[in-house]
Amino acid sequence: MYSPVSSIVRIAAVCGKEMIHLVHDRLTFGMVVMIPLFQLILFGYTINTDVRNVPAAVADNLNNSFSRQLIMDLQATQVLDFVAVTETPQQLETLIQRGTVSAGLYIPMDAEQRYYSGERSIAQLLVDGSDTTLGGAVRQLSRFPFLPGGTISNMDSVEQISVRLLYNPERRASLFTVPGLLGVILTMTMIMFTSIAIVRERERGNMELLIATPIKNLELMVGKITPYVGIGLVQVSVILFLGVMLFDIPVVGSFFPVYTVCLIFILANLTLGLMISTLVRNQLAAMQMSFFILLPSILLSGFMFPFVAMPKIAQYIAEILPLTHFLRVIRGVMLRGEPLTGLVGDLLFLLVFSLIFLVISTLRFSKRLE
Amino acid sequence: MNPVIQVTGLTKKFGSFTAVDRLDMTIPKQQVYGFLGPNGSGKTTAIRMMCGLLQPTDGQIEVLGMKIPEKTEQIRLQVGYMTQKFSMYGDLTVLQNMQFMARIMGVYGRSMNGRISDLLERFKLDSFTRRSAGSLSGGQKRRLALAAAVIHEPKLLLLDEPTSEVDPNTRREFWDELFLMCEAGATILVTTHLMDEAERCHQLAILNEGKKVADGSPQELKANLGAQIFLINGPDIAAIREHLRSVPEVLATARSGLSLRVIVKTDEARTENWLWEKLLRYEADISQVAPSIEDVFVIATQNNIDKVSH
Repeated sequence: MYSPVSSIVRIAAVCGKEMIHLVHDRLTFGMVVMIPLFQLILFGYTINTDVRNVPAAVADNLNNSFSRQLIMDLQATQVLDFVAVTETPQQLETLIQRGTVSAGLYIPMDAEQRYYSGERSIAQLLVDGSDTTLGGAVRQLSRFPFLPGGTISNMDSVEQISVRLLYNPERRASLFTVPGLLGVILTMTMIMFTSIAIVRERERGNMELLIATPIKNLELMVGKITPYVGIGLVQVSVILFLGVMLFDIPVVGSFFPVYTVCLIFILANLTLGLMISTLVRNQLAAMQMSFFILLPSILLSGFMFPFVAMPKIAQYIAEILPLTHFLRVIRGVMLRGEPLTGLVGDLLFLLVFSLIFLVISTLRFSKRLE
Repeated sequence: MNPVIQVTGLTKKFGSFTAVDRLDMTIPKQQVYGFLGPNGSGKTTAIRMMCGLLQPTDGQIEVLGMKIPEKTEQIRLQVGYMTQKFSMYGDLTVLQNMQFMARIMGVYGRSMNGRISDLLERFKLDSFTRRSAGSLSGGQKRRLALAAAVIHEPKLLLLDEPTSEVDPNTRREFWDELFLMCEAGATILVTTHLMDEAERCHQLAILNEGKKVADGSPQELKANLGAQIFLINGPDIAAIREHLRSVPEVLATARSGLSLRVIVKTDEARTENWLWEKLLRYEADISQVAPSIEDVFVIATQNNIDKVSH
C-alpha cells in the first residue's frame, strides 16, 4: 500500500514544521546569519600567519650611526617593533621572560669591526621560542641583508632558489583562511542544527506522538535535513559575499562549481549531525558530541596547519573528516579555478559519506520508546 | 464479529520489574472500553504496546485483525493515539499542528482544510486557530490533542488519561464527544483513574500492579461485587472505624463526609442485624447503600488498599 505521494506529503510536512521551529527559535535563526558574519570578520582579519610588529627591546652597546642604522633597518622590516631600550643582554632576557617583549636585539661594542672583518655575526637576536610561529618569523631576520650607509632595497642579493608563489602572489593569509572558514562555519552550524533535530523532539515530549504515526524513518530523516540544506546555502552566500567584499577573495571561474561542492559538503555534515542525534539522549550531549567532531576538524583538516606537514597518523584520521576533503576541493575550485572533474575523488568521498550516515541514522532511529 | 483488540498473555518487564503481567483482553467493536487502575498499574505501558511503541516481553496483540509488530505501520493508519502528556508542538499554532498531523496521517489535498475546520469547530477551537498550542489552557490542549488524534477518522482511538488536569465541565463535554464518535462507529480505549469516568464506560477492565483484577460492564461489576456497602453515622466515627478494622468480614472502611463507608463481605448465613449488633455500644445509625464503581475498585485492588483508601 505504498504511495509515493503520501510519502512526499509527509516529508514536506516535516520540512515545513522544521521551518516554523526555525523561524520561532530566534536564537537558532540568528545563528544562521550571525555565526558566519562574526566568524568571518573576526577570523578573516585576525588569523594571520604573516608575523608583524613583534614587540622587541634593544641593548645597544655600540651606540653610533652604524648601530642606529641597523636598528632602523630592522624596524623598517615591520617584523620587529622596538618598544624598549636596555643596557645588557641579561636585561633583555629578563624582559622576554616577563613577557614585556618577545624579542631582544643585542648589539655588542665591536659590532662594526665584526661587520668589516666579515667573520662573525654582528649582532644577536634573542627570541621567545615558546611561540613557534613567532620564533620562526623572527629567525628569518638572520638572512636580513644589511648594508651600512646605504639603503637595502637596491641591493638585493641573488636568491639561491627563487620561489614563485602561484595563485596568491601577495601572500594574503585571508585568501587561504576564508575558504577554510567557509568549511569550518558550515561544519559547526550544520552539525549543530541537526544533532539536536531528533533529540529535541524527545526532550520536548513530541516523540511519543510522532513515532505513533505511520511516518517512515527515511521520510522523517529527509524531512529533518532538507530545510537546513537551504540554510547552509544561505550561509555559503553570506560568506562568499563578505569574502568578496571585505577580503577581495577572487572566485576564479564560476559560482556553480563552488555551490555544488558546498551542497555536497552540507549534506555530509547534516547526515553526520543526524547520526549524532540518534545516538544521544539530550541536547547537551548532542552539543558535546558536535564539538568532539568540530575540534579535530579544525585542527587536522588542513585549516590550521598544512595537511602535508602533519604526521601520517594524523593524516589518516583527517581523511575521515569531511572538512579535510572539502578544503582540498574548495581551495582548488575557488582559488585555483580547478574543474570539478579533477577533484572527483574527494567529492565522491563526501557523497558516499552522506549516504552512509543517512542510512545509519535511518537504521538507528527506532520508532519505539525504549 | 471480530474484536477490535485481542490481547493474550501480554507481558512487559522492565528489568526485574513487571509492568504488565499476563494480560488477556478482548475489546469488541463500537464500545467505550475503560482501563481503570491506580497510578503505576501498567495502563500506559499496556496502551503503548497496543500502538507498537513498546515491544512486549511476551504475549500476542492483534489490533483490527492485524498482528503487532508485523503490521504495526498499517495499524497506525487506522488508529488514533492521544498521549498522556501533551505532545503537540508548542511553538506551532493550533492550525499548523492540525495541518502537520493531517499530512502525516495521509489527509491532504482538498479534503484537508475542510476536515480541519470541521474538527476545530466541533472541538470549539475555531477561535484559537492562530494561537500557539503551547499557550492554550489545559482543556484546550486536550481538545486539540483529541482533534488531531481523530483527523484521519480512525477506527480505533487509544486515549491515555485524556481528561487529567481538566475541569469537570470540560470533562463532561469531552465524554459527550467520545460517545458521539463511538456511535459513529469508532471503538475507544480510554485509561483513567477517575471513578465517574469509569462509570460511563460500556466495559471496564481494572488493572492493579500489572494484572487485570476484574472486568465487565460497570453494572455487572457492581452486581457481582460479593460485598455489601453500609453507610454508618454515629457520635464517634473514629472509634467505630477502629473497632471495625479488627472485624475480618469488613473488607474496607473509608470516611465519606460525616459518615463512614463500610464494605462488608457478603455472607448468606448472617442475620440482617449482624452489623448493628456489632456496633450496639456506639449508638450507630446504619443504612445499606448501592455499591459504586469506587467500591468495586477498592475491592479489586485490595492488596494495595492502603494506597487507595487513604
